[in-house]
Amino acid sequence: MDFGSINPVVLIASLMVAATPILLAAIGELVVEKAGVLNLGVEGMMIVGAVAGFAAAVTTGSPILGMLAAIIAGAAVSLIFALLTQVLMANQVASGLALTLFGLGFSALLGQSYVGIVPPRTEKLDFGPLSDLPVVGRILFGHDILVYVSLFVVAGVWYWLNYTRGGRVLRAVGENHDSAHALGYKVKRVRILAILFGGACAGLGGAYLSLVRVPQWTEGMTAGAGWIALALVVFASWKPWRVLAGAYLFGGIMVLQLNLQAAGYRIPVEYLAMSPYIITILVLVVMSSNRTRRTLAAPGSLGRSFHAAG
Amino acid sequence: MTTPLLSLQGLTKVYPGVVANKDVTFDIGEGEVHALLGENGAGKSTLVKAIYGLIRPNEGTMLWRGQPYAPNAPAQARATGVAMVFQHFSLFDAMDVAENVALGMDNPPPIRELAARITEVSNNYGLPLDPSRMVGDLSAGERQRVEIIRCLLQNPQLLIMDEPTSVLTPQEVEILFRTLRQLRAEGRSILYISHKLEEIRSLCENATVLRLGKVVGRADPRQESARSLAEMMVGQSLHTPSRPAAQPGKMLLQVTDLSVASPSQFGTSLKGVSLSVRAGEILGIGGVAGNGQDELLGALSGEIRAPAEAVRMAGEPVGHYGPNARRAMGLLCAPEERLGHAAAPDMSLTENALLTGAWREKLVTRGFVSWGKAKGFAEKVIERFDVRTPGPWVAARALSGGNLQKFVIGREILQRPSVLVVNQPTWGVDASAAASIRQALLDLAQAGAAVVVISQDLDEILEVADNFAALNGGRLSAPRPVQGLTMDQIGLMLGGAETGETDVAA
Repeated sequence: MDFGSINPVVLIASLMVAATPILLAAIGELVVEKAGVLNLGVEGMMIVGAVAGFAAAVTTGSPILGMLAAIIAGAAVSLIFALLTQVLMANQVASGLALTLFGLGFSALLGQSYVGIVPPRTEKLDFGPLSDLPVVGRILFGHDILVYVSLFVVAGVWYWLNYTRGGRVLRAVGENHDSAHALGYKVKRVRILAILFGGACAGLGGAYLSLVRVPQWTEGMTAGAGWIALALVVFASWKPWRVLAGAYLFGGIMVLQLNLQAAGYRIPVEYLAMSPYIITILVLVVMSSNRTRRTLAAPGSLGRSFHAAG
Repeated sequence: MTTPLLSLQGLTKVYPGVVANKDVTFDIGEGEVHALLGENGAGKSTLVKAIYGLIRPNEGTMLWRGQPYAPNAPAQARATGVAMVFQHFSLFDAMDVAENVALGMDNPPPIRELAARITEVSNNYGLPLDPSRMVGDLSAGERQRVEIIRCLLQNPQLLIMDEPTSVLTPQEVEILFRTLRQLRAEGRSILYISHKLEEIRSLCENATVLRLGKVVGRADPRQESARSLAEMMVGQSLHTPSRPAAQPGKMLLQVTDLSVASPSQFGTSLKGVSLSVRAGEILGIGGVAGNGQDELLGALSGEIRAPAEAVRMAGEPVGHYGPNARRAMGLLCAPEERLGHAAAPDMSLTENALLTGAWREKLVTRGFVSWGKAKGFAEKVIERFDVRTPGPWVAARALSGGNLQKFVIGREILQRPSVLVVNQPTWGVDASAAASIRQALLDLAQAGAAVVVISQDLDEILEVADNFAALNGGRLSAPRPVQGLTMDQIGLMLGGAETGETDVAA
């Protein structure tokens, strides 16, 4: 047992990589839930993004094209959900669960011929001498483009939700869709766009798994990352920066678990794998024990179908 | 004659199976306060939605200052100069006042600038409002101010107000009317929809009466009596609730020093509330919304538990009992919020009848629901209280507010309660239905029940109650007999100036 063999700088740098897929998926889902829609299909959208991104990257030889393909594939899958819940008025929970199951099966089918192939390498961004700085260089300037993109998306979503008209409308739709409709906002259109954004983010998060983090395609490789992302949104009480903090916390736990094993500290993997969910349950209990905070956090119309009247 | 501001010509709107508006024609002049009168379901809401661009009429035209006007969307209506204050506020609880106002504007300025303008306009019109407060923390009157200010910031020529006073106190109504008169003096027009005929008589110079979607009359409300207007609306002569003098019987409900914390973050806790109601007596409890009405109803119904001794029914302590145990003993309640509290919106009327009637009407035997009996009970409520609905299989959500209210109140009354507590029994209900609900309450008391009517409508309390008490900040004043009570005294009681021991000098 030797904690000294765990280098904190490497740990932080690698937890950022480990957290990026769930961070992307969670920030997308945050926008969806802020619009009042509960999409439980994150896992399915992620894995379809993972296989589509992988296939496109292998075929074209370009990881960037792979990621674009993943964005499109994630959004396309989420469009099924949008059609079911916003046009056909299906139940959101059932549709989301179906989407996850569909995504897992569909990706396995698509990915059959890609098992065991090595994808083209995603290069780290070159910051020149900055990357050689001690500590900071490794943590801030030693990553591939998607890590920065994910941080940019979090900042962008935070700014957009709080300081722009579009973001205000989206929050209004999620808070009270009847009021928003009465004021003349297009509830369904806003929600469909939010769902597409969530799908795109989840797809990109999935591609990061198959192209950078693992990098390989195996069936069911998201292994619950989508569910962690969903839990993270609640954990963060629908606030973008808390999603970032939560994602890095969970990423840290994942990385630490590997490091501890390598250091010979024998905690059964299962305990550590459970920990994000246990933390989420604890946070939910704490949050719901205080009704004041809970009612202010969750979007008022979350999960409710909108039927326009009159 | 000058060109009217807005002229409606032959407007017709047909929904599948229902003609909501048929050939509606009337004019609204510049600087005119025009009343639109009608019972629930007369087609007033459909009509104003057409003016505001939320729906498109099937036939007919509208002219705005002589030009054709056919808005496709509210944004277009707002651009023309039409603004609307909704009956059910279109507000967002978890957002602040400024954000709520911005959402109702087409080109809102930056929030900081907007906040300054909100403060300015709200002071100009005597409607003080802090732009940084969360809307969820505001009272009904303040919420309405948010709606009105949202409209005023767009400098409208025509302001549509749908039942603006249904949730306001007399003082708040006074403030609102002052604002509306100021708006008229500025040359703006107002289309005013209300059931409250006295208000219309004091405010409006023209009235159009709708019945079943058609214009059935035009009047100058200042020249008519409230009764004649009501009869025009209903199309028949109106029945005024009557009550013979009754001898109060034995003590049925007694609340002693009841203090409970509010379960809601925006609620008011009850502090040392005491009251007693005898058989055959109706106690009216007035007060501005949000002063503990919901909490008092909750504590009486059993949704909020209290110490056993704090609430007694016919001498027996029941404070620690939940709603079902109290129902079984004959203490029934009808809360204010129809959809979601008094009735489950997506369940049928039969199911809703079952929800509160299961015990006293014995609709459940050995754990199994007798659907036949439940349906029979629902049908009885529908028939006795003239609930207009195709049948008991209809979802509660599909009923208009007034019809559902009749169902909810009727459901409790038909269970022969020995104590009945109702909150806002005629909120949003038209004149004739309100009269029948009040009559039913009086009949119930006559038959020997103790009735508590919590209401913000003082006229209603004065009409039905024997004694009056006021809720203020979670405290209840000592009850006083309604006979001989003046509006000034009531105002003082509502303001909390009078706690009961001292007699107010006349």
